[in-house]
Amino acid sequence: MRLLTHNMLSSNIKGVTSGFPLRIEVEKMVEKEVELNADFLRNMFAKVEWKALVEASKTLGYTELPDNVEPSMLDSDEFLNRFHHALLELHLEEGALVCPETGRKFPVNKGIPNMLLHEDEV
Amino acid sequence: MRSNIAKIKLVSSHPEVYDPCDDSFALVDALLADRANLIDHRPSICMEIGCGSGYVITSLALLLEKECPGSYYVATDVNPHATTVTRETLEAHGCSAEVVHTDIASGLEKRLARNVDVMLVNPPYVPTPDAEVGCRGIASSWAGGEDGRRVIDRILPVADGLLSDKGWLYMVTLTANNPVELCVQMRKRGYASRIVLQRSTEEESLHIIKFWRDVDALLEANECSEIEKTENGLPHFSPFSFWNYGNRTAN
Ligand SMILES: C[S@@+](CC[C@H](N)C(=O)[O-])C[C@H]1O[C@@H](n2cnc3c(N)ncnc32)[C@H](O)[C@@H]1O
Repeated sequence: MRLLTHNMLSSNIKGVTSGFPLRIEVEKMVEKEVELNADFLRNMFAKVEWKALVEASKTLGYTELPDNVEPSMLDSDEFLNRFHHALLELHLEEGALVCPETGRKFPVNKGIPNMLLHEDEV
Repeated sequence: MRSNIAKIKLVSSHPEVYDPCDDSFALVDALLADRANLIDHRPSICMEIGCGSGYVITSLALLLEKECPGSYYVATDVNPHATTVTRETLEAHGCSAEVVHTDIASGLEKRLARNVDVMLVNPPYVPTPDAEVGCRGIASSWAGGEDGRRVIDRILPVADGLLSDKGWLYMVTLTANNPVELCVQMRKRGYASRIVLQRSTEEESLHIIKFWRDVDALLEANECSEIEKTENGLPHFSPFSFWNYGNRTAN
């Protein structure tokens, strides 16, 4: 699971108001290199919750993202490289996503988060 | 040029996962036929609900690989074996979609709202007793309950929430699902639609419907809700008369 996906997931439990961002518990992470696509990154920049991405990257051991950003930074190759790496190259393979409100854990196995709810959570 | 789609011999399988079948092939054929439009469409985020073996999402990723590099693909299935098999199929083709084990798009609905540019759905559409819907095992891949609509009718409102302003939805249906009525229903949500592929096999008659948000349909949807207060029952238009109906409100 890439951090882009983490950034798009929120706790879906009944009664939870925001449920975002899910806290990450890491058992195993991997890095997979992929080609950088600047247009895609510029497009995603508006959709990504920056703070959540910064925190998630730190949890996976990557600390090179700036805490504060503005769209003009998308002109910098250096910034795009870091954004690309955090968003698309860091994968949570094994671990869990934890609901910020209830502490309920959604397991991640083989890179696949399990967001299925129990009957009493729907 | 022959387009690249998933290769059957590279598609992974499991006894409890739906293998690519006539419906899967029909959906991919519809995508192939629409390939030039899909490329012009430049989707950033593509999603499949109910990915099964992963044949369809892998084919979409391969189809757009060259012209739309770097799109984000996410696939969901409620069956844990299907999510694993989809991941294996993607890997065997060197594709990198994200796979989420969930009911329809639960957990993704908030943050991906109005962000999905292409959505693919080959739902469980076979008419069965309602009790078979969502039960464990392979039957949940096809069991659609009354008129085969139980899961479809849950997916469509979710799709409506997720599709971007330019979003397209391709969905497999059967004659028994009443595709025309589905189009009418989606028109009330502001979507135009077209049956992009129709294919009869020995067992079933498949329709692949493409839905997209349409200004005329939206205007009309507002109008329609007025009409419905006075008239009872469905307006009697076919998917083809949608065009004229839409144009009428365009002025
Ligand atoms: C007809 S199969 C299609 C599989 C694959 N997309 C294909 O075309 O070959 C339907 C798939 O939807 C999945 N499914 C059924 N109900 C679902 C639900 N509520 N949420 C997500 N997936 C579901 C089934 O597990 C199955 O894999």
